[in-house]
Amino acid sequence: MNLNATMIGQGIAFAILIWFSVKFIWPELTNAIEERQKKIAEGLSAADKSQQSLVEAKAQATGIIKEARDKAANIVEQANRRSNEMVDEAKNTARAEGQRLISDAQQEVSLEKGRLRDQLRAEVGTLAIAGAARVLGREIDAKAHADLIEQLAVEIERG
Amino acid sequence: MSTEVTEATQTGTEYINHHLTHWTVGEGFWSYNLDSLIVSAVLGVVGIFLFWLAARKATSGVPGKWQCFVEMCVEFVDGQVKDVFHGDRKFIAPLALTIFVWVFLMNAMDLLPLDLVSTIARFAVGEHAAHHVYFRAVPTADLNTTFGLSLTVLLLVLFFSFKAKGVGGFGHEMITAPFGASPALWLPNLAINIIELCAKPFSLAMRLFGNMYAGELVFMLIALLGATWTGLTLGSGLSMFGQILMGSIWAIFHILIIALQAFIFMVLTVVYIAMAHEHH
Repeated sequence: MNLNATMIGQGIAFAILIWFSVKFIWPELTNAIEERQKKIAEGLSAADKSQQSLVEAKAQATGIIKEARDKAANIVEQANRRSNEMVDEAKNTARAEGQRLISDAQQEVSLEKGRLRDQLRAEVGTLAIAGAARVLGREIDAKAHADLIEQLAVEIERG
Repeated sequence: MSTEVTEATQTGTEYINHHLTHWTVGEGFWSYNLDSLIVSAVLGVVGIFLFWLAARKATSGVPGKWQCFVEMCVEFVDGQVKDVFHGDRKFIAPLALTIFVWVFLMNAMDLLPLDLVSTIARFAVGEHAAHHVYFRAVPTADLNTTFGLSLTVLLLVLFFSFKAKGVGGFGHEMITAPFGASPALWLPNLAINIIELCAKPFSLAMRLFGNMYAGELVFMLIALLGATWTGLTLGSGLSMFGQILMGSIWAIFHILIIALQAFIFMVLTVVYIAMAHEHH
């Protein structure tokens, strides 16, 4: 159990081992560990952030959907109103058109009537005159037919 | 644990003495215990190489299993150092890791079968020559190893004292602490401080050595139980059974001691350096 120079050798070996691990082993490992810690921290915060943005996006999406629904309802309502308007308008137009057609027709009818009456009156006059001429031509009896002709003439006059 | 004492002439005392003799070259102080030197150097190189493998390919991504293990060691040691030492751990922490791993590996040699080397020697160089082969496989059961370590620690303590306080500050502290600055107290202060300074490496070295040496000795005594084998008799059977039982129990218990002593050596070293760092 004697102390000897082995001590010195062991001390030197110890010093070399310390030097090596201080220089080459410890820094690499702690760097790796710290870097990984940083990565994990970043990953966790990124996860948190994405969670938050997911919530935000959901809220946003809900807002957009609601807005879209409102808009759609609006549009439908507008379309309904518009279509009602159009139907009404069409009805009005049709009614006016009908009225116009009717009045046109009536006007035409009355025009035609007047025209026909005039024509008829002319023709009846002619016929009456011809008939009268023929009666007059065969037996001119002014006395016998005078009041007849008179009557005819009055009738024609009256139209 | 081969326990057969092949030579009928070898007594228990001789067996133990043989196992407690170092493989030594040289004369007087300038002799070297080659067994301690070789085993500790091999363990140091292997241990540091394995750690270097992890450090070389250390990735901040998904680590391999070995890197994980090494990182666990690193974080464990770093945590221990952080508790004791408040300052830059760039040197102290790897120092502590080196101590822990190296001392642990050297202590672990205690778990090798006691007669492993002598059995190998018997096969390698023959029965008679093997009688002159001395080899103690546990470097930390050699006072030289533990003192080599603890004196290096002492040098580090001195270095850090000088670094933290300057040579003047350190000298001032040596003669004024702990009793006071009065000139009459300089001598007592100095005496106390020198004793304290010497006690640190001494207690470090003796604690580790004592534990490992005692552990080794108990293994030897347990091994002697089986050495009483005289054939298939009841007594031989009982002592063989006793040896196996006690050897197992002691080996399992010793696992704790191996780790504990490495841990204690590491923590005390850090404590001493932390103390050197602090002003009184």
